[in-house]
Amino acid sequence: MNKISRRKLITTGVAAAAGLAGLTGAVRLSRRSGLIPPDCRGVYGAGETMNYAVQRLLTRHSLAREFPRSMISKTPFANEVAPPNDIFKRLQAGGFSDWRLSVDGMVARPGSFSLADLKSLPFRSQITEVVCEEGWSYIAEWIGTPVFEVLNEVGFLPQARYVVYFSNEKIIWESIDMADALHPQTLLAWGMNDGDLPVPFGGPLRMRVPRQLGYKSVKYITHLTVTDSLKGFGKGLGSVSPEFGYAWYAGI
Amino acid sequence: MSGAGPIIVSETPRHSALVRVTHWITVISFFALLITGGEIVISHPRFYWGEVGNVMTRPLFTLHIPASRDTVPTGYGFVMPDQNGWSRYLHFEAAWVLVLTGLIYGIASLLTGHFRKNLLPTRAERTWRAHWEVIAKYLRRAPPEEAEAYSYNAMQRAAYLTVIFVLFPLVIWTGLALSPAFDSAFPWAVNVWGGRQSARTLHFFISGFLVLFLVVHVTMVYLGGFMSRMRAMITGRVVPPRERT
Repeated sequence: MNKISRRKLITTGVAAAAGLAGLTGAVRLSRRSGLIPPDCRGVYGAGETMNYAVQRLLTRHSLAREFPRSMISKTPFANEVAPPNDIFKRLQAGGFSDWRLSVDGMVARPGSFSLADLKSLPFRSQITEVVCEEGWSYIAEWIGTPVFEVLNEVGFLPQARYVVYFSNEKIIWESIDMADALHPQTLLAWGMNDGDLPVPFGGPLRMRVPRQLGYKSVKYITHLTVTDSLKGFGKGLGSVSPEFGYAWYAGI
Repeated sequence: MSGAGPIIVSETPRHSALVRVTHWITVISFFALLITGGEIVISHPRFYWGEVGNVMTRPLFTLHIPASRDTVPTGYGFVMPDQNGWSRYLHFEAAWVLVLTGLIYGIASLLTGHFRKNLLPTRAERTWRAHWEVIAKYLRRAPPEEAEAYSYNAMQRAAYLTVIFVLFPLVIWTGLALSPAFDSAFPWAVNVWGGRQSARTLHFFISGFLVLFLVVHVTMVYLGGFMSRMRAMITGRVVPPRERT
């Protein structure tokens, strides 16, 4: 082996070792900081873990882009939803005055909120984009009660790590970590573009997680559960999305 | 390789181990990205310009292919199976492999002088004329010169530099611009393109340029002598023409 190829071998080795050390370090760091997503197993687990861990490190407190009123979409697209079930129809007939949001789990004072209760808490209006994993998007003004206001109201416990939320259609449920749950732009939205939230867009109450794709912004929210582990929910993959083959973390 | 006997100067490989390994990892991850990218596109084969776009707005252009969602008007009477879940998982996983491989390749190439020695055009090649001469030779379908088995010609250098320093960085950037979380931390990364739908459309076109490069690249490998060029990229060894019989 001559000198040049030895030098090359050493540089290549050093570069490979540095890459490997960086990777191992990242894995160790993410384990310690709880940066592992619930759907971290399987062939796609490594990529998913990288997405979640790196984006959490970069975006823990960053704010989703907000847009001027002039950019609100004239023709927002509601996407298709399953036909409403009987309970929903009955509540709709009553003008949703009996719609309740129940909150339980790791909280000091489990309880339930009517829409009027939610509107009596501090609320926020923001003009953000809904981004679907299919590729399309629209911008709307969303008016709602930040999830952290509700969590403060029920007194969430310090060991809380996730908020699980359920639709009126019980098979649709999602969860977010506390970074998103306590984020000022994560809303329980009840208004859209200066009016009540229309039913096709998730009315009377939908989740809005503007730093993640649209499928995390579940429509027709009736129930929140605060938890320190996602193991007991469904197949333990964090939400129903991984059970359909979709990533739990949808920031990308 | 020790002791007595004639001094054998070992042959420097045509492509260093670093280039060979990173080349093939890139090939695998690029194919994974291409296939999954295609699967993701068929869920909404419409492209827009600006910040927003959906089936209620006018597209910039539409791919006239069936879609995997029944909400997209395609004119076809059927809906393709939904493959977005695993396609998205694999797309990002392959992207990580590609980005990390690219980083290792880029840093190591700076250290070893690979870019300077093998990819930067030589002084004589830094003219339009030098590039045109290579193209003219290709058009005459002249056989490759022997030197081209050992080093890149002017057009190869230009093409590889464009892929490494323009197309890959742009396709990664426009891809990242489609992440709502990434955009929350780095809003300029998407705003500079004029909005997320513009970034998505550009991501599609830049991928198209990469596919175009792939087609030309494989064609040239075939014309230059498929077996010898493949051997050089797999084992690093070049069989000099005089040894061939």
